[in-house]
Amino acid sequence: MNNRVVVTGLGVCAPNGTGVSTFSDALSKGKSGITFHKQLEDLNFSCQIAGSPNIQSLDLNEYFTKVERKGLNANGLIYGVIAGVDAWTDAGLEAREEEPDWNSGIVFGTGVLGVDKFREAIYQVDRGEVRRLGSTAVAQTMASGISAFLGGKLGVGNQVTTNSSACSTGTEALIMGFDRIASGKATRILVGSCSDSGPYVWGGFDAMRILPRKFNMEPEKASQPMSATASGFVPGSGAGALVLESLNSAIARGAPIYCEVLGGFVNSGGQRQGGSMTAANKEGVQRCIQQAIAISGITSDVVDAVNGHLTATQGDPIEIENWAKALNRSSEDFPYVNSFKGHIGHCLAASGSIECVGTVLQFKKRRLFGTLNCKVIHPDILNWAHPSKILQQTIPFTPKVIAKASFGFGDVNACVIFKAYSA
Amino acid sequence: MKKENGEIYPKLKEIIVNYLPEDVSVTNIQLDSNFTQELNINSANLVDIVLDVEDAFDIMLENEDMDGMQTVQDAMAIVERKIKEKEA
Repeated sequence: MNNRVVVTGLGVCAPNGTGVSTFSDALSKGKSGITFHKQLEDLNFSCQIAGSPNIQSLDLNEYFTKVERKGLNANGLIYGVIAGVDAWTDAGLEAREEEPDWNSGIVFGTGVLGVDKFREAIYQVDRGEVRRLGSTAVAQTMASGISAFLGGKLGVGNQVTTNSSACSTGTEALIMGFDRIASGKATRILVGSCSDSGPYVWGGFDAMRILPRKFNMEPEKASQPMSATASGFVPGSGAGALVLESLNSAIARGAPIYCEVLGGFVNSGGQRQGGSMTAANKEGVQRCIQQAIAISGITSDVVDAVNGHLTATQGDPIEIENWAKALNRSSEDFPYVNSFKGHIGHCLAASGSIECVGTVLQFKKRRLFGTLNCKVIHPDILNWAHPSKILQQTIPFTPKVIAKASFGFGDVNACVIFKAYSA
Repeated sequence: MKKENGEIYPKLKEIIVNYLPEDVSVTNIQLDSNFTQELNINSANLVDIVLDVEDAFDIMLENEDMDGMQTVQDAMAIVERKIKEKEA
């Protein structure tokens, strides 16, 4: 028999708030984390706005030793460590001093890590100064630097790895951790993902002309999920982290339980049937959602809210169509749906985990957070969902089952089902 | 020689202290302290200590110099030799 899996800890480092309570408040009240970045203007970006966590007021000494901070120039790694350590603490867990915790592991994804450090290294190598790179260039730039770093901080001895599947990375990490606990190979997995800030990460998207260009003077209004006037996603960054744990373990140690994870599924549309590197095969998306529901042992009619991928592009109506077809529910029967990207932009590899944290917080807060900047709903969305189901404002609501999905470049999909915990 | 020692040691100590683990204090640094075994400095960080030493004394250490650098005393001797070579 499979172990039941629950969420016992949360941590987040998001553009509109670091720390679970700040972030929760920001989502609930519609606080934007999108700001103008002078650096992007200086570098001739068309889109000069972005979402970066503001960590200046944080004392990094709480997360890093003095030695670790020397030459540290990998902001995604910093965000990931903050979120990961916070989640561990939130779950009432401590770092192991001597023997590692053999039953705890880490699945913490990223797209690319330590870009600024890598740039520094490239300049040094090109100058013929490879011997002056120092000892941390590898650890800060290898993709698994984030899981490795957290693994050492916490002293865990089960699987410690980094996954990477573009913008579905964070949700995929959660599903990987779920599978490992459900199958009995681990008791506890810290799951999450992080994404670097900065022009070297965001530049490629600017070059693709898929970012909004007309909001450099009013950054907070730029990201408009599900909106008729959506003009592209705003690049973001940060990290989200969740402690997943077997229900038995959570009960045994009296841990707080945010909600249960019923199951999840990942797949790919194969870049066929209209799918490509950058566009989703609709059938792939629908199959992913349907299989997540089937694996969770529920039927689609019990899903009462959806947190979409919904990036604030003209693709949003297609995603709503996919949900409607996958769930076989439309118009007034369509579940409530929201997107947090209006607040924080599209945090790329970190989006799935940050948004999973937000989704889970809705159980605790007994409300569904409104979608920022969705003033006029895209007309094509209304073909599938009644306007009352598109959450433009935060509403009081006690959710039972919430589905969360993330989709990424490479035509990859991930969908997870959360349920309010009851014994 | 004595005088040089007097100048090198405090500078060296200042560098080393940056790489001590949280549970090792500056008072643990003695001339005969072994970097990795007694001061518990991560062996990977010896590379960083070498780079800082190079900057502080405006010298360059070879890979072989680093291999022979087990204790604070070793490091002092190497620095002294390099300074002399430079001045010669």
